[in-house]
Amino acid sequence: MRKLVIAISMLAVAIPAAFADPILDRQALMKERGKIVGGLSRVVKGEESFDAAAVLTQLHALQANAEKFDADALFPAGSDKGDTTAAPKIWEDMAGFKAAEDKYLANVKAAVAASPADVDALKTQVGAIGSDCGTCHQGYRIKKG
Amino acid sequence: MVWLKKLVGAVVILGGVGAVAGWVLSAPARLDSETLAKLGPGDAATGKRIFYAGGCTSCHAKPGSQGEARLQLAGGLELKTPFGTFVPPNISQDPKDGIGAWSVEDLANAMLKGVSPSGRHFYPAFPYASYARMNPADIANLYAFLKTLPAVAGKAPANSLNFPFNIRRGIGLWKLLYLSDQPVVAFPEGTPDPVMAGRYLVEGPGHCGECHTPRDFAGGAKKNDWLAGAVAAEGRGIVPNITSGEGGLGDWSEDDIANYLETGFTPDFDSVGGAMVDVQRNMAELAPEDRAAIAAYLKAIPPHPNGYPARKKTAN
Repeated sequence: MRKLVIAISMLAVAIPAAFADPILDRQALMKERGKIVGGLSRVVKGEESFDAAAVLTQLHALQANAEKFDADALFPAGSDKGDTTAAPKIWEDMAGFKAAEDKYLANVKAAVAASPADVDALKTQVGAIGSDCGTCHQGYRIKKG
Repeated sequence: MVWLKKLVGAVVILGGVGAVAGWVLSAPARLDSETLAKLGPGDAATGKRIFYAGGCTSCHAKPGSQGEARLQLAGGLELKTPFGTFVPPNISQDPKDGIGAWSVEDLANAMLKGVSPSGRHFYPAFPYASYARMNPADIANLYAFLKTLPAVAGKAPANSLNFPFNIRRGIGLWKLLYLSDQPVVAFPEGTPDPVMAGRYLVEGPGHCGECHTPRDFAGGAKKNDWLAGAVAAEGRGIVPNITSGEGGLGDWSEDDIANYLETGFTPDFDSVGGAMVDVQRNMAELAPEDRAAIAAYLKAIPPHPNGYPARKKTAN
């Protein structure tokens, strides 16, 4: 009986995960990523004052977000169809796509490790991260109206 | 049957006149001496700014180049369009494979008139329809800067175009319709300087209209929809509306635009994408006042609704 209950509860957890929409999942992940980068950029632009501890918290959040990025789960075969701006190139060049994401993750980790002490240091880190955003969006995303 | 002979004769003569007129009208026209006199000595430091404003490296660097390699202008990128595939040539300083042997007049005729040193038309995939609005002095400045860049051996592959676009002489007629050194947007006297400076950068060297303005059936910019966004000529998807019309930059401030050009982040912290990634990297090399001028111009031009069809939400 106990095993049955466990099995059912495991299924209850597994089924929604299996049926979740990878397009919505990856969009949510990207939205969260943009929001965190946005917060850091406001500090770089001087719209918010620099607080080293708060900045480090944000960078940790960015790393947690980046580590959640699982290309196989978020971009399964067939998820190029539908309401998505993902480019077919993702599936044609999955290795390149994953390498671009790995580079981004490495730069986010480097920013956490650097623990920026002032706005200029943060600006350098955010600049590198922003360049990674562009590199991926250059080839792996299609702008739609 | 005399009338028939006369008619045939008239048609032949008219046809002949038409062919001669077409041949004469489509002839590659070089710059006059008055314009050439305005080239001046040229300054490499100023030319560097023109180089990045003009985005030369986006098309002429080897595809995928990063950092310093973007200054090696060997060409070879493939631009796949409905007209066929255009391949930007080697414009490095190699005297044989590049343009190292060109004079400053040669560069001016190429950029302002779309004519090669041997007197052939260039295809307007090379955006001389925009560069034609540049000051001759800036061509000389650019020439001086290009001279500081490395020579790279090796020719890029040739274009591969569909009929009738493979007939170069036809470009002469295209130029009669679309090639002009006059500004697109007229502003009244007393318009602030940044707007006018932005007009020069956007309409001239920046050649923003080449991608952001929809084209008519013959591939000319639809100036009534200037910068309203367009279906991408190359690749897929759309190029956004950058006027303040519906779907455009209405809710972006001038600072938002300037910041985007510097950092690549939109006001809601999405990032730059597609072909604009390389453009933004070039814009980041400009002085802050140049980016501010571009922003001032974009906020001052007539607003238009999107120049591309609305997206179908369900099908792809």
